[in-house]
Amino acid sequence: MENIQSANRETLITPEIKQRFISIVGEKWYLDSPNDLYAYSYDATPIFQAMPDAVIIPHTTQEVSEILKLANEHLIPIIPRGSGTNLAASTIPVHGGIVLNMNRFNQIYEIDQQNLTATIGPGVVTADLHSAVEAVGLFYPPDPGSMRISTVGGNMAQCAGGMRGLKYGVTKDYIMGLEYVLPTGEIMRCGGKNVKDVAGYDMTRLLVGSEGTLAVVTEITLKLVPLPETKRTLVAYYANLVDAAKTVEKIISNKIVPATMEFLDQGTMKVVDDFARLGLPLDMKSMLLIEQDGPEDVVVRDIEKIAEIAKQEGAVEVKVAGTMEEGAKLLAARRAALSALSRLRPTTILEDATVPRSRLAEIVQEVERIAEKYQVYICTFGHAGDGNLHPTCMTDERNKEEIHRVEQAFAEIFEAALRLGGTITGEHGVGAAKMNYLHLRVGEGGIELMKRIKEAFDPNNIMNPGKMFPSSNRRRLVVKK
Amino acid sequence: MSTEMKLEDFKPACESNTTKNGLLSKFNMDEILNCMHCGFCLPACPTYRQTGLESYSPRGRIALMKGVAKEQLPIDAEFEKNMFACLGCRACETACPAGVPYGSLIETAREVVVENEKQTKPKHVFVKNLVFKQLFPHPKRIKLLGTALWAAQASGLQSMAEKTGLIRILPREMAEMQQAVDKVASPQARKSRQLRMNPEGNRVYTVGMFTGCIMDVMFYETNQATAKLLSKAGCEIYFVEEQACCGALHAHSGEMPGAVELAKRNIEAFEKANVDFIVNNAGGCGAALKEYHHWFRDEPEWRERAIRFVSKVRDANELLAELPPLTFNKPLNARVTYQDSCHLAHGQGVRNQPRSLLRSIPGVEFVELKNADSCCGSAGIYNLTNFDMSMDILDDKMEQVKDTKAHYIVTSNPGCLLQMKQGIHRAGLDGQMEAVHIMDLLARAL
Repeated sequence: MENIQSANRETLITPEIKQRFISIVGEKWYLDSPNDLYAYSYDATPIFQAMPDAVIIPHTTQEVSEILKLANEHLIPIIPRGSGTNLAASTIPVHGGIVLNMNRFNQIYEIDQQNLTATIGPGVVTADLHSAVEAVGLFYPPDPGSMRISTVGGNMAQCAGGMRGLKYGVTKDYIMGLEYVLPTGEIMRCGGKNVKDVAGYDMTRLLVGSEGTLAVVTEITLKLVPLPETKRTLVAYYANLVDAAKTVEKIISNKIVPATMEFLDQGTMKVVDDFARLGLPLDMKSMLLIEQDGPEDVVVRDIEKIAEIAKQEGAVEVKVAGTMEEGAKLLAARRAALSALSRLRPTTILEDATVPRSRLAEIVQEVERIAEKYQVYICTFGHAGDGNLHPTCMTDERNKEEIHRVEQAFAEIFEAALRLGGTITGEHGVGAAKMNYLHLRVGEGGIELMKRIKEAFDPNNIMNPGKMFPSSNRRRLVVKK
Repeated sequence: MSTEMKLEDFKPACESNTTKNGLLSKFNMDEILNCMHCGFCLPACPTYRQTGLESYSPRGRIALMKGVAKEQLPIDAEFEKNMFACLGCRACETACPAGVPYGSLIETAREVVVENEKQTKPKHVFVKNLVFKQLFPHPKRIKLLGTALWAAQASGLQSMAEKTGLIRILPREMAEMQQAVDKVASPQARKSRQLRMNPEGNRVYTVGMFTGCIMDVMFYETNQATAKLLSKAGCEIYFVEEQACCGALHAHSGEMPGAVELAKRNIEAFEKANVDFIVNNAGGCGAALKEYHHWFRDEPEWRERAIRFVSKVRDANELLAELPPLTFNKPLNARVTYQDSCHLAHGQGVRNQPRSLLRSIPGVEFVELKNADSCCGSAGIYNLTNFDMSMDILDDKMEQVKDTKAHYIVTSNPGCLLQMKQGIHRAGLDGQMEAVHIMDLLARAL
């Protein structure tokens, strides 16, 4: 992005206001040097970049409350942020303002073994939560690819998914309660440890996936489940793409629900192997990575049955990982797929189109056709069991003509997904990257209603403006043709 | 997927007359763009773990380089601080699925900082010059420094270093480090070294010892131990006389011309020696020696010679692991743990060999150190230039070292060794634990 220069936007943060922010959090946690601002001008989304006016790193709910009140008073945008692994440009400060980095809220307050809940700060890193609860025999299933980096707060804001979505669901299925702060500074709570609670609207579900556009979450209560007794991993290799997709459909229709069913095409296999040195058979056109967990006898039975189905559906080779470590290594390699793909070209743009499981083979074929039509280089991997694929385009942001073709291709992939009863984004969110497509999924009426909900929370539109839907009362982004 | 946005939001404090195009073209934009800012490097980075700040992460630093390369950010004191706050441990390279060559990116960024400083304010680089141009390239001067250190220790005059002004050349932090330095070999011992050692039994290989500059003064005995181990394993050893400092510290500090000069001297010296392998026992030096061919982008003939040189470079652990197993006569009967040298593990991918060698010593109970391949904070001269951060990282490291309850914490690089010695002292483990170079420990068990 060549053009974050030129500037005449006046910062809303006057020296007086800056001093007031500093008096709330202390000098150390208020950053506004050019380099610090630049370092919070991006997340993991390609191409998008914009400078904030300040970065504030609060430590307590009270500090968040005071910051929001002051920002609200002066109409300063607030962009809540965790580790910045977002893939929908949801944490890019497209209208400037304050990046509110929540990574100092990194305490696990309680693991309640009676109620099977954990109460934590939103800045806890997802994998750290995993190890803490697994140490006492409990399990927090959501495992987005970035789990070693991302925070649970960020996962909550985007309703992150992961590789265990098929059997265990996604982040929203594990968020039971929240403490949150409104732009006015009011500190609110919703949900909690009750398994059943129908007192009023379900604000918890509303806030999960709201991408920081409604409030700042300062505490999270999570549902935990018992840690499965054991797990086994299986890989199946195919000479084409469609047989793999058909295997997935067949496994589900046989009433087996594996914990994980991941798909990788040949291009993805190559780069993953380059990074992780797994010795994958690179002459194969695609592979499935399947994991089942649970009691030993059930796992053994399911894996045997899955192997049989894979062979019936045309798998050239089926292998069961010898040890749990070997399985874990395969899964870790899969998690690195997106980043590994960026070995191929300077810019890596991935998508998140999702279809009902039964339409998987069709969307795989559509992606192949569309890549061919626009002459763009697309590798596909993803959560096959969830119908959630990540067609990823390797391109070069400096080549405008090619980028244009990439956009056309993705627009057509969205259309195809919607036509098959799918959605424009399964787990990455809308952010700034997909807001121009949201109406295709929820309709103009849906957008209007969502905007009214946002207004009720955030009448001054300071919460992460320019995300989800283009904000009408702010200057539009200048989109370069 | 939306289109590229033109945000009219930011006017960097950039004055293009200070950012000479010649300088900025040193940045390899393709490599910078290969970083897709996924953040996989964040948890691997010791300075990010300490601070939680993006500008102290590899991803952040690469972004800042991009900003400078595109003239959106100036080359100023802040950029210098950010680039030099990096340990250069390269743990991020191991973590990076995209294969971004961070080590060479940060070296280029530092070179740009230093060159820019030379162009704009030549006086400020005086102190650095003193060390880099007057000390490291001249083995004799380092040996002189060694003699001074030896004299200070031998005479028991702790304050001698201060009186001679040595302390003032190297900053205050050197004083704290000095207590970690072992007894330096006497000038007589160093002079009387035999330049050739016969192999025991049949000769398998001829080996030229790369002795290193600091290594050979402060850890002369370790070099002798390495030679002894290799000769026991069947190598004929040559101490090649005209060799110089490897240039790693220069390269890491942005002093590329100086680094290249040293590389040329070493290539010439070892060409003359005509050995099968060029062996070193310092992970930091070894990584640099193995990267010489990257230092000669614009000199094809030297590049060719560098490639031949590089193909012969081995870490002592690597070569010993390939040779027939050593016979040990003195069981150690101790609990041993190992702290990876970053440039050996992340830079050269040598992880298993030192561990297997340690396990092969009779009476060794090997315990793996948690996060063993995470930097100890030594990082060349980082513990002198960024003392406070270095000590924070060291103190965290020592918590995990303590958990191993080991008698020996073994390292494979002089900087790490000094740092671990200091760590033992800071953690109050004096007398309970010893920091030792792997070659010395192996030699003790012979």
